[in-house]
Amino acid sequence: MGAGFGRVFGGLGASSTSGGGVGSAVPGARRPGPGEDAAADLVVEARDLCLRFGGVTSLDGVSLRQRRGEILAVIGPNGAGKTSLFNCLTGAYRPQHGTVTFWPTPDRPAQLVGRRPHAITRLGVARTFQNIRLFPALTALENVQVGIEMRQRYGPLSAVLGLPSARRAERDGVRRALELLDLVGLAHRAHEVAASLPYGEQRRLEIARALGTGPSLLLLDEPAAGTNPAEKRDLAGLIGRIAATGMSVLLIEHDMGLVMSLATSVAVLNFGRVIACGTPAEVQRDPAVIEAYLGVGDDGPDAGGATGKELR
Amino acid sequence: MSARPRTLGASVLLGLLAAVVTGPTGDSDEPLRAAWDSIADVRIVLFLGLAVALWLVLVLGPRLRGLVAAVTAPPRRRLTAATLTMTARRSVAAAGRRGRTVAVGGGLLAVAVVAPLVVSTAAQQSMVNDIGIYALLALGLNVVVGYAGLLDLGYIAFFAIGAYATAYFSSSTAMPWHAPFVLNPFFVFPIALILAALAGVVLGAPTLRLRGDYLAIVTLGFGEIIHLVANNADGITGGARGAFGVPHLSVHLAGVDYAWGIDPLPYYYLLLVIVVGVMVAFGRLERSRIGRSWAAIREDEIAAEATGVATLRMKLLAFALGASVSGFAGVLFASKQFFNPQSFSLQASFFVVAVVIFGGMGSRLGVVVGAVVLQGLAFYLRDKVQPADRYIYFGAVIVVMMIFRPQGLVPSRRRRREIELSEAGVGAADSLGSATPTVVRP
Repeated sequence: MGAGFGRVFGGLGASSTSGGGVGSAVPGARRPGPGEDAAADLVVEARDLCLRFGGVTSLDGVSLRQRRGEILAVIGPNGAGKTSLFNCLTGAYRPQHGTVTFWPTPDRPAQLVGRRPHAITRLGVARTFQNIRLFPALTALENVQVGIEMRQRYGPLSAVLGLPSARRAERDGVRRALELLDLVGLAHRAHEVAASLPYGEQRRLEIARALGTGPSLLLLDEPAAGTNPAEKRDLAGLIGRIAATGMSVLLIEHDMGLVMSLATSVAVLNFGRVIACGTPAEVQRDPAVIEAYLGVGDDGPDAGGATGKELR
Repeated sequence: MSARPRTLGASVLLGLLAAVVTGPTGDSDEPLRAAWDSIADVRIVLFLGLAVALWLVLVLGPRLRGLVAAVTAPPRRRLTAATLTMTARRSVAAAGRRGRTVAVGGGLLAVAVVAPLVVSTAAQQSMVNDIGIYALLALGLNVVVGYAGLLDLGYIAFFAIGAYATAYFSSSTAMPWHAPFVLNPFFVFPIALILAALAGVVLGAPTLRLRGDYLAIVTLGFGEIIHLVANNADGITGGARGAFGVPHLSVHLAGVDYAWGIDPLPYYYLLLVIVVGVMVAFGRLERSRIGRSWAAIREDEIAAEATGVATLRMKLLAFALGASVSGFAGVLFASKQFFNPQSFSLQASFFVVAVVIFGGMGSRLGVVVGAVVLQGLAFYLRDKVQPADRYIYFGAVIVVMMIFRPQGLVPSRRRRREIELSEAGVGAADSLGSATPTVVRP
């Protein structure tokens, strides 16, 4: 867990602390400065991502790096581009510009832009969705099995003939799925239909399904959205447990309490740009963040827009 | 409460409509005369009786179902114990379910074995040519529509490919165009299987990126192309005359000499074995990782893709598998009887889709029962109504079915859940595949 604690540069490209972080977000960001040793064990690095839908710019030169084993939280006002960033990382959107490099293992970098989502999942990037997207009519167990079984190799013929290898794979899949359900605290719900689960449990089931794909980077898109305080506490505990196994977690979250207690570093997006990054404490103190996001002023969103422009 | 008189009214109206439809044909001079004649006829008693019976079923049905469920269903306990005991309990429950499945399956199989022995030869013929072949076709289409959630309206094209492949390879006289050698139809089975699967891949690879309606249109066009080529390529397929004299199946192997002939019974039992074999095979497939990925694609394609399911490849697999079953059925069909392009019309494609939907998408037993019921209805109506009117009855049966039992005669558990969920506004899968999912936040 401790990998990123206390170190100054946490989640972002180029220079680390909040003020300088702004510079790193400019399109065409330079290579990382000498301060960022090449030995830093990165798990993912997005470089200069630009994503536009017609005239709307959703991401405007976003650069982001995450070290292995770290919990990096991406925060920002609604429409700041957080989910767009996720969709670029997972292949759901294809950015017009920029690269995403992912290291499943430290010595094997892979380029993610241009790959299909399932290929990216296969490489080891799993995600959940902001609006839960389970397979509603499958049971909790089957939902997790789908994630696990995409790594299995047996084909239709072995399945039809019931070959021992297929049976063994099937059994292994069920066992692993039950372990994961146990991890997220849903073992007793294994045979219930996903849609019938309460909201908070659906959230956790989605995490279990993502874990089933055997990721080395887990992307959680607002896992606490719509959950009650008790569920939120459980969820924070769960994410902490997952990270404790050495999993890298990239988290979008609006709940500041959750972010501040969980994240080892925080990146702040506003209007498709990274406006700050650093440890939670640093980001919390950052005046630009306070102005743009935490909303001390009462001028509404326009103020945020102005701030975003000025910061450039 | 107020729904009951309304249901009664609707039932009576339905009865009157049925009376008019089945009554004498009208006259353009007196258009209402025929309608009046059929309503004033004695037969109206029968129709009104049926209407009231329908109403009773509709009103009392839910209560009866509750009663039946309470009697037959095993007490369902909430599972709260640790994982291990739970799986143990579940395997007990699964074993119970399995036992029941085996019992029901055995009973139905026994009926299927005995049934042809007690009916007329004409009925036997129909059991082979119509019910058996269409049961096989429906099982194949079930993989495409029921499992993968893709609407294929040109499915009969693969059937045609199988049939024409048989004529090409197994006879030098059936079509103007034929192979330089003659094969026993049994050897054509693998060839047709592969040809149809290839055709499925060739059609599917560029089109399976399309969603729902668009795929339906493309497959519709493909079906028409094959039908028209068969019909118009006189010099190759024999055109509208069809293919004559494809040899019957025969075995000459290791001292076994047997030839299938005019008698429908041997064909019936061969088909029965094949249908049961396909049902077992697809059942295993459905319960494997492959079936689960199909279900995932059907319910939420984006989530399936994000969970690592290679959606395009799995859809292609479903398409190719369905097509190969269709091609296989084509060989049986061609070796059994004379055929012409009329056998592969659009109507035939629609009929297979209707059988699958009527029987219960995603349910193997359901689609076979669907074939039995719909083709049985066709056979029953054969001498009783004009051929052109027959589709009115099919239409009526299917409309009634879709209103009162949209999940089909014998629905699969998964599919029934999906339909219930989509009616409640949760989940993606409507009756045909995946739309944009809408997950409701409580």
